[in-house]
Amino acid sequence: MQAVKYARAGSVEEAVSLLQDGGDGARPLAGGTDVIVQARERTRDIDLFVDIKHIPEVVGISHGDDGSLTIGAATPCYQIYGDETIAANYPILVDSTSLIGGTAIQGRASLGGNLCNSSPAADGIPSLIVLEAQVEIAGPNGRRTVAVEDFCTAPGRNVLGAGEFAISLHFPAPAEGSGARFLRFIPRNEMDIAVTNAATQLRLDGDGNVTWARVAIGAVAPTPLLVSAAADAIVGQPLSEETIAAAAAASSAAANPITDMRGSVRQRVHLAGVLTERTIRQAAERAA
Amino acid sequence: MASEHIVVSCTINGEQQVFLANERDSLLEALRDRIGLTGAKEGCNNGNCGACCVNMDGRIVNSCLVMAAECEGSEIRTVEGLASGDQLSPLQNAFLEQAALQCGICTPGFLVAAEALLEQNPDPSEHEIRYWLAGNLCRCTGYDKIIKAVQQAAGQSVV
Repeated sequence: MQAVKYARAGSVEEAVSLLQDGGDGARPLAGGTDVIVQARERTRDIDLFVDIKHIPEVVGISHGDDGSLTIGAATPCYQIYGDETIAANYPILVDSTSLIGGTAIQGRASLGGNLCNSSPAADGIPSLIVLEAQVEIAGPNGRRTVAVEDFCTAPGRNVLGAGEFAISLHFPAPAEGSGARFLRFIPRNEMDIAVTNAATQLRLDGDGNVTWARVAIGAVAPTPLLVSAAADAIVGQPLSEETIAAAAAASSAAANPITDMRGSVRQRVHLAGVLTERTIRQAAERAA
Repeated sequence: MASEHIVVSCTINGEQQVFLANERDSLLEALRDRIGLTGAKEGCNNGNCGACCVNMDGRIVNSCLVMAAECEGSEIRTVEGLASGDQLSPLQNAFLEQAALQCGICTPGFLVAAEALLEQNPDPSEHEIRYWLAGNLCRCTGYDKIIKAVQQAAGQSVV
């Protein structure tokens, strides 16, 4: 382990100040399941952990009167998939949080951490994108909000500037007739990193027409991708084999993956289409 | 920059403990090197294998992925806390009776993880047991004997 120091922040302002004073080597510490490994294996230069999970605003789940949802950035996965209202209104968040790591990881790891780690293969980010989540960021110049699809900029990189950290994720209330699904392909059933993943949210009207959709795919580009062309292929008509195939083709066309130990370019391009098709079908089942 | 020593107070296996740790120590290093509880094992040291699994505030965690400094005020339970004196816990006895271990390196992690499962789900299905224990790796047993041991401890008939 690098000679890393530890500071427990009691407030958002204190965390910002610790991060700002700590400079480039200071990192927020939520569940630590990525960042502690990065410090130990020296894949990031870290000399200060600023523990943000004792700041009340940064941990916990709150449901708005309008049906919206706010999840503190450091809220561990098990609290998210254990929340009955989330399970009822946002089952796609259960899909993602129950797939990230195993039980011991889910006891610590958070969606905010998954987002800020900014892995191209993150299993939380496609779901956040299709749910139109906004991340609230605190920093030396106050607070700002960024749409999740605009947050990641490259593998392991994002829009957070010096002294900034994510404090919470905001989700609009699910619209009438909406359904969403996240799927991941890995060679075993659990505890692996995505070869490819995908998420779809869509809305159906009373006649079965798709009135709105979002599709996102992961592990096929330097950042998780919002694929507007896949959504466009299914919106404005009832789902059919043709429209679903067109959406799958749009995802495969948008995929720009690399070959690595987990999968080849060809396999990932194929999987982007397959997972798009399956998430559309299963999102529609949840919408019905 | 040199790390400083820090004082950590927490409860370990029901006893209040105050110990000195290096600021860069993981909980696993603190347990093994500072406190002398060597039940939790270092396998991968990156959160994949589960050999270092301990219970922290009622949830299992990989102690290699927790900083010792994070444990201030928390309640830690390790494999050493399972038995009462010479009396093994029902889960430990089931592991012996089902021969659910060979080399034994993974066993403390499996015991702590399975104990936590049975606390919150006293009658788990085989699927639930396998899913819960997916973060614990064993290269000797092929897992079946471990699953059977957990089923036995849950009072289920084991074929």
